[in-house]
Amino acid sequence: MSDSHVRVDAHGYEYAHQFDSAEHQHSASQLGMWVFIAQEILFFGGLFLTYTVYRYAYPAAFAQSSHHLDVTLGCFNTAVLIGSSLTMALAVHGAQLGRRWTQVIFLVLTIVLGSVFLGVKAIEYGHKFHEHLVPGPNFVFDGDAAHAQIFFSLYFVMTGLHALHMVIGIAILAVLVWQAWRGAYTPGYYSPVELTGLYWHFVDIVWIFLFPLLYLIGRHH
Amino acid sequence: MAAASHSTAARASAHAAHGAGHVVSLKVYFAIFAALMVLTAVTVGVAYVDLGVMNTFVALAVAVTKATLVILFFMHVKYSTKLTWLVVASGFFFLAIMIAFTLADFVSRGWLGTPGS
Repeated sequence: MSDSHVRVDAHGYEYAHQFDSAEHQHSASQLGMWVFIAQEILFFGGLFLTYTVYRYAYPAAFAQSSHHLDVTLGCFNTAVLIGSSLTMALAVHGAQLGRRWTQVIFLVLTIVLGSVFLGVKAIEYGHKFHEHLVPGPNFVFDGDAAHAQIFFSLYFVMTGLHALHMVIGIAILAVLVWQAWRGAYTPGYYSPVELTGLYWHFVDIVWIFLFPLLYLIGRHH
Repeated sequence: MAAASHSTAARASAHAAHGAGHVVSLKVYFAIFAALMVLTAVTVGVAYVDLGVMNTFVALAVAVTKATLVILFFMHVKYSTKLTWLVVASGFFFLAIMIAFTLADFVSRGWLGTPGS
């Protein structure tokens, strides 16, 4: 980054020439990431809306289907994902203070927790295949099977899309570990760590809504 | 604090000496983590109590509270510029429009009956 387009502010932090300061550059990249996340809110929002409309139409079939999901595993995964949000926040904190090892360790922990979540999800998907709860010709359900298939279609699409976001997140985190290891991030420039954090926390928020809406409906019956 | 004169970065510049962004204390991060875990336990516990239609609303209220904590503290929006606040709010505003207008249609179907039947 040693070209004429880079300036240095009063704190010795480098920033691109179109910005007023390193903080201005940082807040501009945060804003850009939030524009992307606003789009993601509506992207997942479409699925949550579809879920709402069908649950409103077939409440009994949805409650009955929800009982086939494993609350213990869902609860465990919720805790794992919230834990991964904490380690992600601590990695950003490490980057802000210029602590290279703190960053690397917490980024790796975030990858580990994310992988545990995906592993548990894979086990849950396996159970659903064995129990013939995957929508299609082999779907077997004791009750309102036609509308239970709508629930399980939504379950696989929503959790599948969520899992895909996590796989992408883990791939980005792997690149960050490598960059942080090389000492690429300083208190004046750590936007990639911060922005990946925003993405990771957003994926956590999606799960915060998926967990009660998919796993916990009609449990008191 | 020369950087504080830049209006767009003014909100984030209070702690400029620490770097390009606001540094949140570790105490805050651990407190938010604890709150999120407690609220997860609450949402599971409440699901097994029969509150009628209120079960869904309680579950959503807890989820919204958890999401708000994540957005404000883990995602640093509490310490971000007003422009960032605007973008965050607009994302949820359009989500609300999409949900409210669609449900206004689905929920009200059948209220007036079908002409001729």
